[in-house]
Amino acid sequence: MDQTKQEPYVSYLEHKGKYTGIRSWIFTLDHKRIGLLYMYAIMVLFFVGAIMGLLMRIELLKPGETIMKPQTYNGLFTVHGIIMIFMVVIPGLSVVFGNFFLPILIGAKDVAFPKLNRFSWWVYIAGCILAILSQFLKNGPPDTGWSFYAPYSTTTGTNVIMATFAAFVLGFSSILTGLNFIVTIHQMRAPGMKFMNMPLFSWAIYATAWTQLLATPIVGITLLMLIAERLFGIGFFNPNLGGDPVLFQHLFWIYSHPAVYIMILPALGVITEIIPTFCQKKIYGYKAIAFSSLAIAGVGFLVWGHHMFTSGMSNQARWFFSLLTFLVAVPSAIKVFNWLATMYKGSIDLKPPFLYALSFIFLFTIGGTTGLLLGSVATNVQVHDTAFVVAHFHYIIFGGMGFAFFGAIHYWLPKMYGRMYNFKRATIAWAIIFVGFNLLYFPQFILGIEGVPRRYFDYLPQFQPLEVISSVGGFILITGLIMMVYNLVQGARKGEIAPANPWHGSTLEWQIPSPPSLENFDEAPVVKSNPYDYE
Amino acid sequence: MFSNASNFVHGVDKAFLIIGGFTVFFLVSFTAIMIFFIVKYNRKRNPKATQVKDNTLLEVIWTTLPILLVLFMFYIGWEGFLPMRQDPKGAMKVKAIAQMWKWNFEYEDNKQSDTLVLPINKPVRIDLVSKDVIHGFFVPAFRIKEDVVPGKNNYSWFIPGELGDFDLICSAYCGVSHSYMTAVIRIVSQQKYDEWIAALSALPAASSNPGFTVLQNNACTGCHSIDGSPLVGPSFKGLFGSTIEVKTNGVMRKVKVDEEYIETSIYDPDKDIAKDFTHGIMKPYKNIIKDNDIKLINDYLKTLK
Repeated sequence: MDQTKQEPYVSYLEHKGKYTGIRSWIFTLDHKRIGLLYMYAIMVLFFVGAIMGLLMRIELLKPGETIMKPQTYNGLFTVHGIIMIFMVVIPGLSVVFGNFFLPILIGAKDVAFPKLNRFSWWVYIAGCILAILSQFLKNGPPDTGWSFYAPYSTTTGTNVIMATFAAFVLGFSSILTGLNFIVTIHQMRAPGMKFMNMPLFSWAIYATAWTQLLATPIVGITLLMLIAERLFGIGFFNPNLGGDPVLFQHLFWIYSHPAVYIMILPALGVITEIIPTFCQKKIYGYKAIAFSSLAIAGVGFLVWGHHMFTSGMSNQARWFFSLLTFLVAVPSAIKVFNWLATMYKGSIDLKPPFLYALSFIFLFTIGGTTGLLLGSVATNVQVHDTAFVVAHFHYIIFGGMGFAFFGAIHYWLPKMYGRMYNFKRATIAWAIIFVGFNLLYFPQFILGIEGVPRRYFDYLPQFQPLEVISSVGGFILITGLIMMVYNLVQGARKGEIAPANPWHGSTLEWQIPSPPSLENFDEAPVVKSNPYDYE
Repeated sequence: MFSNASNFVHGVDKAFLIIGGFTVFFLVSFTAIMIFFIVKYNRKRNPKATQVKDNTLLEVIWTTLPILLVLFMFYIGWEGFLPMRQDPKGAMKVKAIAQMWKWNFEYEDNKQSDTLVLPINKPVRIDLVSKDVIHGFFVPAFRIKEDVVPGKNNYSWFIPGELGDFDLICSAYCGVSHSYMTAVIRIVSQQKYDEWIAALSALPAASSNPGFTVLQNNACTGCHSIDGSPLVGPSFKGLFGSTIEVKTNGVMRKVKVDEEYIETSIYDPDKDIAKDFTHGIMKPYKNIIKDNDIKLINDYLKTLK
């Protein structure tokens, strides 16, 4: 490709370093290989969690016991939650595409601390092993729900200590990754790459990284307090020991609400990359999108109380948290306006990544506006702790973060592997996933409004039709997911060789060969004043 | 238009309709705009994009309008909610006592019932008491929900406006039988209520066995019945002195239930698991139930032939 270089181009996948074979992956310092390792682990864990979800949907096909006992069901929804939240969606986009593309997007050859990056990956795997162990140890899987509410969690006989310790360890991986990305963005940008020239995915990762760094220590301490209470009877949360159960909820949600933004901010960033590329148009309102990421991350720290409107908090706390919850909706709405404005007068190409982006906007709007019904105190009273909440957060986390993740794979796969997947099969899989998803979760909004609580093993016969529709949706969804993954794996292994810039993208990753070389840029990248310049 | 099951239905349902209306409006508009753009600016029809300059006025408008809109929605929600925290003075008082996995209602003069019977059109304040973990006092038809938090004095109040039976369900996850923790709220006329409460007997405090009180206070009877019916754990009826099959370290063995076995089962429940039951469900009560109380429990169990 260029004759001035002495060494010929070798992709990062073929690069021969100090180690070979499997050790060239376990001990790699390359941000791209670490990104792939995270992706493989997350995909496996995602399917484990999805199968657990499917088992729950089978159990709920008819009232009463169908295939399992209540205790098994309680263990399933707890473990499904722990796997999906702490191991799949919180790391999710940030560790996979943040690792792989953040350095490339800002013209760097790696993250600021490659060894710390490798260490974060190891810590992540250690946390996953601990969490999986907690399922099989003697006392049975934890049965507290993923939120570990005290005093139930301090008194139940199941493996709560192991599970919470796993979440604690996973938290460290998240903190270290956040730290690494913040320093990378401050220190590693290519010459001429000012903050205001960065692609918006980098802005989203930047806002996310601060949230990871600042919020995660709080859940770490909270979980240690829970472990101390179980081991030594120290009364932090159990009122019988002089503790306060509501204190646990405050501490838990001070982290776990910002954690929702850790999941969703990178997703908003991915969509912001996909839309201009497939419209061949400059992103509308660059500054508004960049600053709305920071605004969401900032205000997101102060809305945790909306998970606790019925806990007996003071009235002042209730209106304060409700008001701020409504305000945090505004920057999210602004992003949607900007995406729509970007499509205006564009040249729209309906390729699979763009289909995922469009369906993201649809699902994220449902998830976001049902969030308003949860943020309003009057309606919250009716739908809090019901299937409505389950539907709402699956629309945000799966419909939002999940669809953005799938969109990101379809967008960046040709860059990561240098090969292309089958478009037709990808489009069919997308349609099946989209239909299955809505069938699975939409009925749960209605069930929740009618008063079916979440975490219910059994239900009244009149709710069966909606429960059955939901379960059928689950089967359709998993069919689509299997088809999508099959297509992606086929594409990555045997697909047609992809050109360096198949979508005519304008950001830096499309200006280098596919797959990139070990150090990404063999010659200094040319930084444009606007990363989305299609003039 | 709105049901009159309680005095809060109107405020809550109004908020549902208004906020839900905006939800539908935004979803339909965004989707319509997307579809319109996909058709109009499809690459086949529009091979070259037209670059558009940012318009500050437009951005100011679409920032300000949503702010005003969310403030309005917040206000509607607050307006519907505030009365729920303003219980009138002089409201009738009932204590709802939650424990794994049943509800009990305590009226004046220590009278107890497992159905919440209330007179129509009369404000009632429900004081929420939990004996173990967090439960949720949720009556969907009344649009009320408030957590029952151990160690806290939480409450709910309402004015029932329709006769009939309504479901009370536990909304906060509380363990293995969470989805079965329900009770009936029966709204009757004042006259019927007076008759019912007069016939309700006070809890026989004096005759109650002290060992039974220990069992009740620790919510043991939520899982272990005293009448022989199988719940989450084995029934206490006829247990003492009998010979049962248990699994110890994975091996089935026969054991005679005596004082020592009862104490082990309370302090280290996973050591011997009775046949047909699972480990890990019951927590160890070491340091919670004192030695003296164990003796009372044993004395009581001996009476349950």
